Amino acid sequence: MTASAALRHPDETPPRRARPAPARGVSVTARGLAKAFDDGHPVLRGVDLHIPAGQFVAVVGRSGCGKSTLLRLILGLEAPSAGRINVGGEGQDAGATRRIMFQEPRLLPWARVADNVAVGLGRAGSRAERRVRARAVLDEVGLSAKAENWPATLSGGQRQRVALARALVSRPALLALDEPLGALDALTRIDMQAMIERIWLDQGFTAILVTHDVAEAVALADRILVVEDGGIALDLTVDAPRPRRRGDPDLAALEGRILDHLLGTRA
Amino acid sequence: MAHSASIPAGRTHLPAVARPGRSRGPWLDLRHLVPWLLPAAILVGWQAAASAGLVSTRFMPAPLDVAAAGWRLGRTGELWTNLWVSFARAATGFLIGGGIGLAFGLANGLSSLSERVTDATLQMVRNIPHLSLIPLVILWFGIDEGAKLFLVALGVFFPIYANTLHGIRSVDPQLIEMGRVYGMSRSELFRRVVLPGALPSIFVGLRYALGIMWLTLIVAETISATSGLGYMAMQAREFMLVDVVVLAILIYALLGKLADSLTRALERTCLAWNPAYRNA
Repeated sequence: MTASAALRHPDETPPRRARPAPARGVSVTARGLAKAFDDGHPVLRGVDLHIPAGQFVAVVGRSGCGKSTLLRLILGLEAPSAGRINVGGEGQDAGATRRIMFQEPRLLPWARVADNVAVGLGRAGSRAERRVRARAVLDEVGLSAKAENWPATLSGGQRQRVALARALVSRPALLALDEPLGALDALTRIDMQAMIERIWLDQGFTAILVTHDVAEAVALADRILVVEDGGIALDLTVDAPRPRRRGDPDLAALEGRILDHLLGTRA
Repeated sequence: MAHSASIPAGRTHLPAVARPGRSRGPWLDLRHLVPWLLPAAILVGWQAAASAGLVSTRFMPAPLDVAAAGWRLGRTGELWTNLWVSFARAATGFLIGGGIGLAFGLANGLSSLSERVTDATLQMVRNIPHLSLIPLVILWFGIDEGAKLFLVALGVFFPIYANTLHGIRSVDPQLIEMGRVYGMSRSELFRRVVLPGALPSIFVGLRYALGIMWLTLIVAETISATSGLGYMAMQAREFMLVDVVVLAILIYALLGKLADSLTRALERTCLAWNPAYRNA
């Protein structure tokens, strides 16, 4: 814990590189955020966190460490037991769209791919307009040819790309990714990581990625939070230039350090 | 039958070029005929046995006699009147009972209050065989239309109710959470997630209910009626017109098959997204 305190760089904006689009993300601020289960067992105890607008944050940690709960609190899917959370600071749209991509695609099996993507638009616009926007986003994830297919005819990776398109179609200011690539095979996962990075660079939303995969966190994030025992144990800035090359020694060293920390705390 | 015929073709692992002579058209037609071979053989054998005097036509008429009876009753219009009366009873009773069953199934699937109030009662009533109510129903309604409609409605109520309830309960909670997170209102959530998710199960209930509908109607018409197919069959029995009795039975079978085929077509249209129903 003493080591982690020394490593923490709270509220520090990492250097921005290769980011042409103006950030239209929102900042996220948590103060004293705590959450306990109904039986009183604490999941998060007093988390203080500031995520600047447009940052790509990865949250890693062991199973049950509270990282998914942190994400659900930020999205407003659950109410905190104590503390508060603010999405959107001064001069930012407080009602900005927040979207989540789940570990499972969660597509409606009875809706065609384009209609599934249009779910992300809610009731905005006419049906025809929604479909036009859905198709445009499907094009971004390389699935425009599948717009009229049933989800059952797609592969696992394609379904998850449809789920990504559904999350992106409303142009969210905050995109939460709850282990979205966990169920995919290694090659598909690498493709999807590159796609998420490209779209994030293009659109500039704030991204919060919860993942088990430390290599994935290192490959994508500006900043990595290691969650442990209901608190943030490590807060690391990754300032390697993008696009990042797999097997880069600096990144590998960082990955090793985080893994050592995670494995070392098991005892 | 159609499947067993296609398996050897798939198992040979020969490239398509190796069998250039086999065009798809006539081959497909032949395969469609296969399921009809056995019924046709039975009909021919039955007719032959009757003509040869092996079977007494007093108790089992030959197929041609049954066809002749159909022709005769069709020309007098008696057949069509009775058919229409039976069909109208079946449809009305089905719509009433099915409608109430669907309404209760939806209400109890969506509201735990409604379920707590009504489900236990409905489950108790379900254990009464509805045909055992016939004496009581005759006392209540006489042999009026009301008696038949009541029995049919009661019979179709439970399969529709139970399967609608089950369908709604088994909708994937992850999809419901997704709908909520993506800002769907309650009515939207019902229309876009819950109802389509429950539909396969509702269709199962529908097919059960159709079977019960015909069964109930036959029994009710046989026991207490002054018109309809069952009444026609009972009248024919009085006069030992065995061909008409068999004709009525065959028409019931055809109607049942027709209802089943309609449901299948409806399933294929409504559940096209589901691989289990596609090209079934």
